[in-house]
Amino acid sequence: MEKRKAEHPPRDSRDAFEKAVQDQTSETYVLRLFITGTTPKSMRAIANIKDICEEHLKARYKLEIIDLYQYPKLAKGEQIVAVPTLVKQLPKPIRKLVGELSDKEKVLFGLDLKART
Amino acid sequence: MPKTKKKNVMPFLAKSPTGIQGLDEITGGGLPRGRPTLVCGSAGSGKTLLAMEFMVHGAVQYDEPGVFVSFEENEEDLKENVASFGWDLSALSKQGKLSVEYIHIDRSEIEETGEYTLEGLFIMLQDAIDSIGAKRIAIDTLEVLFTGFTSDLIMRAEIRRLFRWLKEKGLTAVITGEPGGESMTRHGLEEYVSDCVIQLHHRIHEETATRRLRIVKYRGSSHGTNEYPFLIETGGISILPVTSIGLNYEVTTERISTGIARLDTMLGGEGYYRATSILVSGTAGTGKSSVAAGFVNAACGRGEKALYFSFEEAQEQIVRNMRSIGMNLEPWIKNGLLRFRTERATTFGLEMHLALLHKEVSDFEPQVVVIDPISNLGASVTALEIKGMLSRVIDFLKMHHITALFTDLTHGGTALEATESAVSSLMDTWILLRDIESQGERNRGLYVLKSRGMAHSNQIREFMITEDGLDLLDVYVGPGGVLTGTARIVREAEESAEEVIRKREISRRKRELERKKTLLETRIAELHEAHAADEEELQRFIDEAESRQTVFQETRKRMAQMRGRD
Repeated sequence: MEKRKAEHPPRDSRDAFEKAVQDQTSETYVLRLFITGTTPKSMRAIANIKDICEEHLKARYKLEIIDLYQYPKLAKGEQIVAVPTLVKQLPKPIRKLVGELSDKEKVLFGLDLKART
Repeated sequence: MPKTKKKNVMPFLAKSPTGIQGLDEITGGGLPRGRPTLVCGSAGSGKTLLAMEFMVHGAVQYDEPGVFVSFEENEEDLKENVASFGWDLSALSKQGKLSVEYIHIDRSEIEETGEYTLEGLFIMLQDAIDSIGAKRIAIDTLEVLFTGFTSDLIMRAEIRRLFRWLKEKGLTAVITGEPGGESMTRHGLEEYVSDCVIQLHHRIHEETATRRLRIVKYRGSSHGTNEYPFLIETGGISILPVTSIGLNYEVTTERISTGIARLDTMLGGEGYYRATSILVSGTAGTGKSSVAAGFVNAACGRGEKALYFSFEEAQEQIVRNMRSIGMNLEPWIKNGLLRFRTERATTFGLEMHLALLHKEVSDFEPQVVVIDPISNLGASVTALEIKGMLSRVIDFLKMHHITALFTDLTHGGTALEATESAVSSLMDTWILLRDIESQGERNRGLYVLKSRGMAHSNQIREFMITEDGLDLLDVYVGPGGVLTGTARIVREAEESAEEVIRKREISRRKRELERKKTLLETRIAELHEAHAADEEELQRFIDEAESRQTVFQETRKRMAQMRGRD
C-alpha cells in the first residue's frame, strides 16, 4: 500500500500536515471501466482514463476494462445504464463517472483527486 | 360484445389485449402490438399500476411473458404493492412469465465527464428480454432517466433510440411518463415517438377525487375519445366506458310487484319488468324512500335478496321510519335477505362508490338493488359524470339480471322533468311523486311518467302513506281540478250525502208504487164484486122471467082447459 517512503522523520507541524495529505492520497485506486465494444467513445474513454491514471495515480491504481457486450449480466449487476461508465470501487465512496472521461476536471473531482471549487 | 369488436379491428392493426376491465373496449382490443404506448400522468395517477396490470394479464392470461423495468421502486416494494391486487410477482417470476428489473439511478452518485450513450440500459433490457422470451415490456418511468442525467440532448436522442429499438424488437411496450407544464409529457418528446398515448388524471372536483383516463392518440386505430372515469379496486384498474358497454343483455317478460298493489295495477296490472331500471323522483318529502322500501319489502317477501344503498339515512333510521308506516324490514335483515349499505355521498368520489357497488353486488348477488338517492351523488360530481356512472351501473345490473330502483330528489321550482333529463333516458320506468298543494294542504300525487314496454295508467293517483303501509287512491277530478286530501274527502262526503238522499227517494217512490198497486187491486176486487152482483141480478131477472113465462103458459093451458076448447 505505502508506495512512498518517508524520507525523513517529520521535523515540525508543517511536515506533519504534508505527511497526512500524502497518506490520504496514497491509497490504491480500484477502477472499472465499462464499455461497449470498440466504439469511438469506448476507445476515447480508455485513452482518457489511462492518461489520467498515469498522471495522477501512477503505480497505485488497478484498472479493469469490461466490455458489456461480452458480459451483459454485469450491466444489471453493476447497474450500468450509461456507457462508458467508470466505477471507482475503492477508495470509498463508490462513485460512477459517466461519459468518455474527456472533462478532466470532472474526472479528478469524481476520483477525489481534486477538491471541488 | 367486446370480443366481436376485437375481431372486427384485428385485421387492420394487431392489438395486445390488456385484460384491464374497460380498456380493451375503448381501445378496440388493446394496445398496439409490437409498438410502444405511452402512459402519462402525474404522481399517484395510477400509471405504474396500469403498466403492471398490463404485464400481469399478459403473463397470466395471454401467454405473453413480460419484463417490468422499474426505475422507481425496487423488486420488493413492487411485489408488496401489487400483492394487494392478488398478483404474485414472485410466482410469476419463478414460472418465467414476468421478471422485474429494478434499475437504480442516483444522480448524486454520477459524475458526467463527457459524451455517453444508454447502451448499458439496452444491454440490460436485452438480457432480461432474452431470459424469458418477453413479448411485453413496461418501463416505469422515463422521468428517472431524465432526472438522473443532465444532458437533455443525449437523453432525447437515446429515448428516441429506445422507442425505435423496442419497436424493432417487436415488443409491446408500455412506457410511463409524467406530464409537463405545457405539453403532455415533461420533455414533449415521448408522445411523438409513441404509437398510442394514454393520459391519466387524478382530478379533484369539489373536494372529491376522481380518476380519469383518456386515449389521446392511437395510430392507425379508432378509439374512444372520451375521458373515462376509472377506479382502482381490489382486482386492479377498472375503467368505466360510458357508451361502449353492450346493450345486448337478455331481456325478460317476467314482472315483479312494486310492493304497492295499486301501483302494480297502474303498471299494466303486474308491476315492473324484472331486470329493468326504475326511477322514482320527486321533491323532498314526497315518499321516495317509502316507495323504495316498499319495493324492497315486497322483494324480500318473495324470498329475493335486496341490496339497499342509502346515501342519506342510516340503516336503523330507515328501519324505524318504515316500521312507522307498517313495513317491518328487520326480519329481512336478520334472515339475510336484505342488506344495507349506508354511506355519505361525500365520503368517497364517484369511483369509490362505483367500486363499492360492484363489490357489494358481486358479493351479495341480490335480485333487487336500491340506490337512494342518486341526486346526492351529484353533490360531488357533475351531471355528466353521474350519467356516465349510472349508465355503467344500469348496464352492469341488467347484465346481472338485477332490478334496480333509483330515487332522485328534484328541487322545487324547477320543472320536474327537466332536472333528471340527464338520467331519464337510461330509465325504463319513471315514477314521479309530486306535491299537490291546495286549500291549505299538501298532498302527495303519484303518476307513471313512462314505463317502457307496457300499457300503463295515465292517471294521477293520490299517494297515501298510512300506518298500514302505502296505498294509492283515486283522486277526485272535478270542475275545479284535481282534488286530493281533505278536499277529496269533503267532495266524497258530499257525494255520499247525495247518495243517501237519492236512496231515500227511491224507497219512497217504491213505497208509493206499492200503495198504488194495493189501491188498484182493491178497486179491481170491488169491480169484480160489482160485476158479480150485476150477474146475480141478471140471473134473478132471467129466472123471474122464466118462471113468469112458465106460470103464464100454465095459466093459459089451464084457461084453455077451463074454456074447453073444441
